[in-house]
Amino acid sequence: MIIEHPLLGPRDAAEFTYLGDARLIDRPDWQSETAAKDFFEYGYLRDNPAGWHQELWFHEAGDRSWLVITRNTITHEISKVELARDVARSRGRSK
Amino acid sequence: MTQKNRIESGGQIDRSQTHSFTFDGKSYQGHPGDTLASALLANGVRLMGRSFKYHRPRGPLTAGSEEPNALVELRDGARQEPNTRATTTELFDGLVAKSQNRLGSLKFDLLSINDRLSNFLTAGFYYKTFMWPAAFWEKLYEPVIRHAAGLGSLSLKDDPDVYDKGFLHCDLLIIGAGPAGLAAALTAGRAGCDVILADEDFRMGGRLNSETFSLGDASGADWAKAVVAELESLPNVRVMARTTVIGAFDHGIYGAVERVSDHMHTPDTGKPRQILWRIYTKRTVLAAGATERPIAFENNDRPGIMLASALRSYANRFSVTADNCVAIFTNNDDGHRTAADLHAKGIKIAAVVDVRSDAPRNYDYEVLEGQVVDTKGRLGLTFAEVKLANGTMRTLECGALGLSGGWNPNVHLTCHQRGRPIWNEALSAFVPGDHLPAGMTVAGAASGEMSTAGALQSGVQAAQDALDLNDEAPALPQAEDAPVNLKPFWYVEGCSRAWLDQQNDVTVKDVKLSHQEGFRSVEHLKRYTTLGMATDQGKTSNMGGLAIMAELAGKTIPEVGTTIFRPPYTPTAIGVFGGRHRGQDFHPKRLTPSHRWAEEQGAVFVEVGNWMRAQWFPRAGETTWRESVDREVLATRGSVGVCDVTTLGKVDVQGTDAAEFLNKIYCNGFAKLDVGKTRYGLMLREDGIAKDDGTAARLAEDHFVVTTTTANALPVYRHMEFVRQCLFPDMDVQLISTTEAWAQYAVAGPNSRKVLEKIVDQDISNEAFPFMACANITVCGGLRARLFRISFSGELAYEIAVPTAYGDALIRKIMEAGAEYDITPYGTEALGVMRIEKGHAAGNELNGTTTAQNLGMGRMVSKKKDSIGSILSEREGLNRDDDLRQVGIKPVDAGASVPAGAHLMSLTGPIDATHDQGYVTSACYSPCLGHAIALGFLKDGSQRLGERMRLVSPLTKVETEVEIVSPHFIDPEGGRLRA
Repeated sequence: MIIEHPLLGPRDAAEFTYLGDARLIDRPDWQSETAAKDFFEYGYLRDNPAGWHQELWFHEAGDRSWLVITRNTITHEISKVELARDVARSRGRSK
Repeated sequence: MTQKNRIESGGQIDRSQTHSFTFDGKSYQGHPGDTLASALLANGVRLMGRSFKYHRPRGPLTAGSEEPNALVELRDGARQEPNTRATTTELFDGLVAKSQNRLGSLKFDLLSINDRLSNFLTAGFYYKTFMWPAAFWEKLYEPVIRHAAGLGSLSLKDDPDVYDKGFLHCDLLIIGAGPAGLAAALTAGRAGCDVILADEDFRMGGRLNSETFSLGDASGADWAKAVVAELESLPNVRVMARTTVIGAFDHGIYGAVERVSDHMHTPDTGKPRQILWRIYTKRTVLAAGATERPIAFENNDRPGIMLASALRSYANRFSVTADNCVAIFTNNDDGHRTAADLHAKGIKIAAVVDVRSDAPRNYDYEVLEGQVVDTKGRLGLTFAEVKLANGTMRTLECGALGLSGGWNPNVHLTCHQRGRPIWNEALSAFVPGDHLPAGMTVAGAASGEMSTAGALQSGVQAAQDALDLNDEAPALPQAEDAPVNLKPFWYVEGCSRAWLDQQNDVTVKDVKLSHQEGFRSVEHLKRYTTLGMATDQGKTSNMGGLAIMAELAGKTIPEVGTTIFRPPYTPTAIGVFGGRHRGQDFHPKRLTPSHRWAEEQGAVFVEVGNWMRAQWFPRAGETTWRESVDREVLATRGSVGVCDVTTLGKVDVQGTDAAEFLNKIYCNGFAKLDVGKTRYGLMLREDGIAKDDGTAARLAEDHFVVTTTTANALPVYRHMEFVRQCLFPDMDVQLISTTEAWAQYAVAGPNSRKVLEKIVDQDISNEAFPFMACANITVCGGLRARLFRISFSGELAYEIAVPTAYGDALIRKIMEAGAEYDITPYGTEALGVMRIEKGHAAGNELNGTTTAQNLGMGRMVSKKKDSIGSILSEREGLNRDDDLRQVGIKPVDAGASVPAGAHLMSLTGPIDATHDQGYVTSACYSPCLGHAIALGFLKDGSQRLGERMRLVSPLTKVETEVEIVSPHFIDPEGGRLRA
């Protein structure tokens, strides 16, 4: 596969390592009353869609950016590649 | 002239040169331009192998890569390669080939008894026959089958050749250099695009080399030669002969194998045997041509029976005839071409047998309406029995029989990305469907465009469409433009041993049997009968099987569907996938800064996370590794030792939020760590399991150096970047791995300070530089360095780091400075012994199943802050009172050993998994204590010190009485650390 890195242009997938569902960005609040349940769901319950999926890839042999890649798990078509940091900020993450 | 079947003149061979070669030990001659198969046929050799199951005599069916039969063991010695297709093996001088899958000689194969037993060896015979008694399978059936099965044999020697990998980029990849591929390449090449033209053959031109019709004023072969010459002159076109595109992968990436040296006796010095190319292309034209299919009838597998197009290739391209009297059996006009071409070369045509009533007439030889129903000839065809349309029988005397059942477009690569081919009624064949790999266009016969004129035109069109070219198209020569006239005909009625898949010996009867036994899906048929599962992947056999299945099920062929085509397109040597990554080059090898020095000391090295680390440093007179390791430990604890610890991961953490960031990644707190101090940190995974440990040294308010274990350097760094970028994107913190930037040595032992005082430029007295201190310093009068007073060994110890380029100089300086204290270099074994003696956890304890609580560090997990893993580490299941706790273990009998991996059981209870109470993670002999010691985990272990237990390993038959003790065998109060 070829991944269109937002900063570096097209890069071979071999330069990346894969983590999984981009929902890992949505780490729960540790002080919430339901923290135990929230972290359990965060840690263990993931979707495994046949089709479009947002996932985290790390440009390990490159610039060390974490990316959020929107990929079709059936066809391997990639429709969108974003810096994970931008996605995290857009989802309200800060410090 | 011993080549009795060589035609007098013509062909694409160089008669001015002769190549000598041997087949089964007998010498023959051929010419440059021959394949092994064409040269053998020229010498009158039709019999080239034995079939897989029944050991039937077989000769080549084809003249190309689709060959099922003519598989040989090529070359000898370490280069011997089994199952090599004689039809694609380029002849070279000194070639050595052997027939395979025989017991005895090729002509008198003892295993041909299987052919007589064929009634018992039908589809599924393994499943039906070798079932009872069950115990016979392993001892009797399997060894016998294993011995008899398989075709060629391996040399079992190391492959002496080199394989390479390479990367190519282009605008347009053209697969196949027949008329369509050449026309496409000319169009795109003249327009200035970056083009790669790849063809599996050693001679570009595809069928143009095998046909007699002309292109304009030139012969097809000459036209192809001229076009290739022009393409080779263009700097933007890369012409790659002997290169098979084996697969179409995601996003316009193709795999191709270039056989750089297979046409030579041995590769030239420094040259690889083959190269695996990864081709990145914007667009692709697939011009892979088509494959002729045979017709099935009784005994249709005798040597001499082959595809009509193969007979034509052998005659026109290689100037060889399989025999001087040839018959043809066809269902379409193309079969008649073979008869006409062979007749023109003076070869006798026994007759053309056509199943159609409206076959083209001919006055040079007989054309019969009817079917070939059987053949004769034990080791090669002698007679063909023909049943004429009027019911009468005719016997044709012939040594070769050409079969033409129509042509299948080579759609394989169109299917590698989930594409399914669609049925074309006029061709009675599958053609590429709509769902092609991204960027692919199909041209020529591969798209169902069977005429030469059509192929040329579609090649131009495909290139123009693919690249959006508006340039003038190259002028195309006048070419043959015959329509396809064909009557679908797959097999002769009433036959039983009519071969569909000749390599796996699957007959029409087997397909019928599988249908009768309920296998309705084409994928089931394939697996039950093994139709199409041989090395040729059913290129000549699948369609026949599908047609019979369809007929039995009362369906059409498209309703039955095809099996899925997968890469590689043709058999590919496993070596080329490995490339240069084999043996000691399988991984990259990383050398520590002290490597050269350690080599000079005669160190024994061990691979740790790709690093070569000194394991121990043997001295003269030491006969076992234990002697060396014991000495290194005692010398370090007695005076001073030095060890290269560069391999530990180092991550530089800088920024105003650096301390807050460490609070997130470590379960214990770092915010209040003073500048100039180092702290042990335990890192958890989000699920609460221990991930890694190390130290973090605060060199400045906003600057930390974090260390990781050697093995986890990369995963921990990746994790830290995940936390930084994905979880806390606004923290002001930057990370960089500096593992390779700093050479770092542990200097340990009571005299370590005295040694370092001679090197460093600062005061490092206990008062000025106490336990757990850290600082940026200088050494040797000004070289920047870092000093950490941390200890893995349990002794007074330091770790000193300098920029990597000075690493070699520093170890020599330390050795020089330490000489008066008899400083001893120690390796990873002594390092391990000392950390077990001290009770420090390492990778064996942080094994992906243990928690901070298990490790006895439960209280380190801060509840006052958010850190990765803190919430889930509180789960009930991870916090039971009887949980595993890290303990020390020592044998009651000081002479006994305590093997790692052994399990702890009570002294009297049963020994089984349900009574398991814990296990040993790390074990060694302690030279300081004089007996074996170990670390391990025991249920409620911290409350059971002093208890005696049994340590058992039923597998290695070990049962030892042990005592549970504190994991801190040496200096439990830590006095030495602070000395």
